[in-house]
Amino acid sequence: MSGLGAPILAAVTGDDLLQTGFSGIALGCKYALIALGFSIVFKATGVINFAQAAMVLLGAYLTFNFTQTWDLNFYLSLVIAMVIGALVGVVIEALVLRWLVGESPAALIMVTIGLLFVLDNVVTAIWGPDNHNLGDPWGIETREVLGVTVPVRDLWTIGFAAAVVAAFFTFFRYSNLGLAMRAAAFDPEAAMAQGIPARRVHRVAWAIAGVVAALAGATLAAGAGQLSPATGAVALVAFPAIILGGLDSPLGAVVGGLIIGLVQQYTALLAPEYFDWVGESFERVSPYLVMILILLIRPYGLFGTREVRRV
Amino acid sequence: MAAITQALSYALRTLPPLPRPLGPGRTGPGRDLTLSYEDEVKLLRSPRHTPWRWVLLVGGLLLFLWLPTYLGDPGLRVASLCGIFAIGAIGLNLLTGYTGQISLGSAFFVGVGAYTAAYFGGQRGWSMPAYLALAALIGFLVGGVIGPFALRLRGNYLVVVTLGLVFLGEHLWNNWDSVTGGGNGISLGAAPMSVGPLDFKAGLELGGETYSFEQSFFWLVWALVAVGALLAKNLVRSRAGRAMQAIRDRDLSAEVIGVSPARYKVGAFAWSSAYAAVAGALYGLLQQYVSPSEFGLFLSITYVAIIIIGGLGTIFGAIVGALFVEGGRSLIEQNSGQPIFDPLITTRAGEPGIFTIGELNAVLFGLAIVLFLLFEPRGLAAFWFRAKTWFVSWPFSY
Repeated sequence: MSGLGAPILAAVTGDDLLQTGFSGIALGCKYALIALGFSIVFKATGVINFAQAAMVLLGAYLTFNFTQTWDLNFYLSLVIAMVIGALVGVVIEALVLRWLVGESPAALIMVTIGLLFVLDNVVTAIWGPDNHNLGDPWGIETREVLGVTVPVRDLWTIGFAAAVVAAFFTFFRYSNLGLAMRAAAFDPEAAMAQGIPARRVHRVAWAIAGVVAALAGATLAAGAGQLSPATGAVALVAFPAIILGGLDSPLGAVVGGLIIGLVQQYTALLAPEYFDWVGESFERVSPYLVMILILLIRPYGLFGTREVRRV
Repeated sequence: MAAITQALSYALRTLPPLPRPLGPGRTGPGRDLTLSYEDEVKLLRSPRHTPWRWVLLVGGLLLFLWLPTYLGDPGLRVASLCGIFAIGAIGLNLLTGYTGQISLGSAFFVGVGAYTAAYFGGQRGWSMPAYLALAALIGFLVGGVIGPFALRLRGNYLVVVTLGLVFLGEHLWNNWDSVTGGGNGISLGAAPMSVGPLDFKAGLELGGETYSFEQSFFWLVWALVAVGALLAKNLVRSRAGRAMQAIRDRDLSAEVIGVSPARYKVGAFAWSSAYAAVAGALYGLLQQYVSPSEFGLFLSITYVAIIIIGGLGTIFGAIVGALFVEGGRSLIEQNSGQPIFDPLITTRAGEPGIFTIGELNAVLFGLAIVLFLLFEPRGLAAFWFRAKTWFVSWPFSY
């Protein structure tokens, strides 16, 4: 052959692109779920919660525990895991973060990193370092959508993410507590002057973060042998997502999550074909690169509130 | 390009002044009540004024000389590792403790230093002073290039960008095979370790005695800790240091009174990276081998934990914190067989116990961070300050 045949310009077909688009959106929805948990805690309390990654891991292992060890129905297990996740969030707030209100960002970040180490290793100590099957009902089933093959668990992930986003929107738009939380996030002092209980707002934010974390954990760990202590590390990739979207914007968390998911899947598809000089498994770091580039243009992310500096 | 050269020239302008020579103490009435500015900024006044500093200085010096003849080689490796962490932590404290810029990027800069030493020392056979100086210089330059991010980004956003830097760094170490050896890592076995007649690798020969590598390396590392601490102390008690602290306390007010945030933020980044790079080079020399996974997020977090546990904004706090965190970790590892750990530690081979050694260390590490932030946010240094205040205000201490 040696160069006689027509050069193959398109090693990546249109179908590949569409397929990758689907998996990118599904991955993006997982990141969006994790990012929503980060963003609601940040918006309500001003804390960047590294321990969210451990709460994701805990949620996944709790679901595993209920389905596999206790033989409960998967959806029931998921609900119980979400309830326990909420409790864990509330306990963390009550035991640790409540006492650090008003501390410097360095202290707040480090305390959640400390919690991350404690929780992560307690989870590993309880359930061991091996890979497990989560016990989700979706397994490796697939469906044909628009001519491409999509795993059923991806469809469920997208559905869950859409439902959570809708619930968030309804909650913040129509409930009293949601209104209180928006007010407290907008101007904590004015909100307290109006009689909005800051403590309850914080507690609810942590509870919601726990619920979303458990859900995100279950979607991340779904599939054959996907559940391992490394699941928590994946949650750290949600950081570029929230930063990219803007720390205090739930909408930004969703958009950022989707962008990061798509970027990651498309670099995994395209980098080996077209720009292999970037090195192996570039998709692991491409989210950070995208984040840095966008931050240089917009220092508060795509939807973040610009900090006003008054002299 | 212009921005980069400007950033670097800013960084260079934060060079510390030379240490002040000791002058005679004040005499006459009121000599104990008033203090001239000259005396105020002195590191050491007469032994009558600052007796404890003299005791610590002389005691530290004796300990430095005596410890290698007392501790065995494993203990000395731990002590050297603590010293290496202390050097990096002093640098990070300049950035975080004194300038108020939070960075999770230390691991990247430590990696820069380690690979500089591995490439220029291990592969190309440069002499030790040359590649150590080059590591510091490259660290300084890379920090000066990263520094401008701190001008555009604030607080939490900066934290996550520096976090991204660690992952990008790990990717670079994994893929730049010709310099870093890729994922397998690279050996520093061939790196020369001699300064003039002193050969640290073969072991020092002093006054007819031959000392082991571990003993020699301990002296090298802790001598560098002393030099690094002195440099940092000079930096923070000079004009540059006061400017940095003004930026930390309220950057807007600092700017209003004429402190240039650009100059000092970039300068603090450059200096702290230079310290981290030297720590990385020494780490490589101690381990004789470096691979990318060592320069991950965990290393960065260890550094931040060291300065928080030791005490933000104090030089000696960084040293005490390094001894506490790294020394504590090694102590538990070396004593894991002791009976008191039986209910806690398991080897997973069916033994009773809850955690593996690694897990127990990580949990204790996390707990230490949380407990210190909750109960003593000023770190171990606060104990010293409290004791000092008690004695100074005696008999009215309460």
